[in-house]
Amino acid sequence: MEFGIFTVGDVTTDPTNGTTPTEHERIRATVAIAQKAEEVGLDVFATGQHHNPPFIPSAPTTTLAYIGARTEQIKLSTSTTLITTTDPVRIAEDYATLQHLVEGRMDLMMGRGNTGPVYPWFGKDIRQGIPLAIENYALLHRLWREEDVDWQGRFRTPLQGFTSVPRPLDGNPPFVWHGSIRSPEIAEQAAYYGDGFFANHIFWPASHTERMVGLYRRRFAHYGHGSAAQAIVGLGGQVFMRRNSQDAVREFRPYFDNAPVYGHGPSLEEFTAQTPLTVGSPQQVVERTLGFREYVGDYQRQLFLVDHAGLPLRTVLEQLDLLGEVVAELRPAFEALRPADVPADPPAHGSPLSAAPVTAGARS
Amino acid sequence: MSRLAVVTAGLSEPSSTRLLADLVAAAVVERLGPDTVVDVIELRPLAHDLANAFATGFPAGALADAVGKVAAADGLVAVTPVFSASYSGLFKMFFDVLDTGALEGMPVLVAATAGTPRHSLVLDHAMRPLFGYLKAVVVPTGVFAASEDWGSGGSVVGELRSRIDRAAGQLADLVASRPARRRTDDFDEVVDFETLLNS
Repeated sequence: MEFGIFTVGDVTTDPTNGTTPTEHERIRATVAIAQKAEEVGLDVFATGQHHNPPFIPSAPTTTLAYIGARTEQIKLSTSTTLITTTDPVRIAEDYATLQHLVEGRMDLMMGRGNTGPVYPWFGKDIRQGIPLAIENYALLHRLWREEDVDWQGRFRTPLQGFTSVPRPLDGNPPFVWHGSIRSPEIAEQAAYYGDGFFANHIFWPASHTERMVGLYRRRFAHYGHGSAAQAIVGLGGQVFMRRNSQDAVREFRPYFDNAPVYGHGPSLEEFTAQTPLTVGSPQQVVERTLGFREYVGDYQRQLFLVDHAGLPLRTVLEQLDLLGEVVAELRPAFEALRPADVPADPPAHGSPLSAAPVTAGARS
Repeated sequence: MSRLAVVTAGLSEPSSTRLLADLVAAAVVERLGPDTVVDVIELRPLAHDLANAFATGFPAGALADAVGKVAAADGLVAVTPVFSASYSGLFKMFFDVLDTGALEGMPVLVAATAGTPRHSLVLDHAMRPLFGYLKAVVVPTGVFAASEDWGSGGSVVGELRSRIDRAAGQLADLVASRPARRRTDDFDEVVDFETLLNS
């Protein structure tokens, strides 16, 4: 099982002292956080993609390539890559280049994005979000598997005899996840291709995640990629830790209360009960995280959100030290529970699963 | 057996809005039969959950339960006090957090209360457009109760009684004439990917 962190890349004022990092500081902090993640033994660093303030990751492959050059082991990923408003040809080129540069140490996660104006800025319509995700990914899927692509769709200029370069490293396209909070169509898409499904998990109640993952697993089996239990599942998580749980609650509360996504709504206690947010001791995080598999089954990737809502870099790095300890406990605990026929990890570059022919998707 | 949901946005205790809701619901049940399941949803105790749902994007706790009951109903009685020439903000918040399509095709009886009959067009100028947008089927008669419609001791006099009976009859007829609402579930009835790909 892989453990890692995912960042939104928000530039948010620290509510405890009113300071706001510059874009430059936030971008450098992102690199420092990724390097620290590797240092404490995490497996994955994933960044979001945004094209509006207050976010900085508009050029994720630039940042990921830079991080790749300054790390040795950690897998680079996205959370998410905007499949709706980014030209699938550019995604094919950018991520294949990244794949070569980091020797296959990457994968990526498709997402739609829910910021209305971003769509028209890129000539698209948010009401077409699902059709865009479906058509654009169908093209991306072909670009990485076929040379001389002839293609025509609704949302992009047609292609005649187009070859996306560079070709994927060793002929193996990067592994793809599809992320969604609440759209069954995206779970269906992931299942159809035999790709991974990542449930955001952190903004909605667990019962909802359970249904999304359950649908993906059923359909993964329906399309003949393996049993439902063998589907490739990733989950988000959100934690804030101190040795003493009361210290964690006291320190995190102002960040929670003012957080951009859910602030000024439910209390920390209510939100902790309703969603996977865990604020407390490392042991509490270990126990809560181990409980996720009880409703989604045995899964392959767990990503935590640790660097948002204005938390200072120093605090985030301290969180990563604690997260390293948590993961050291989680690894053997999850492994001991995993049935032998369920993959321990998502497919990596060169691993048998990623080299296997894609059955359903290849027919399209 | 039919399921009737009654949403009432009254704030005081006792509330004339709740009183009207109960009278209308009783009149509907009288026509649909005693095995009718009635879920009365008071919005005041859900006020915190409603505000939280706006901040987080999902209904939690008792609100999730209430949302589920309305979506599962065969008919709906919706009653609000008039605030600033419209339904109350609390009333609107509840209908804002329902899933898209939750009320599609649902028979709905609209009712409102106010201190003066001069607010009565709220039924037709505010409530009908709201439920029209939500693709519900609103029965022709709405029920409006001003202070003067209530006799002493909460008994109902004259015109109000006849409006309740007429509206309840229309709702009951509509509910009874339709098959039990089909509860569709996005997760059980997924659209096949080939269909998505070719649409």
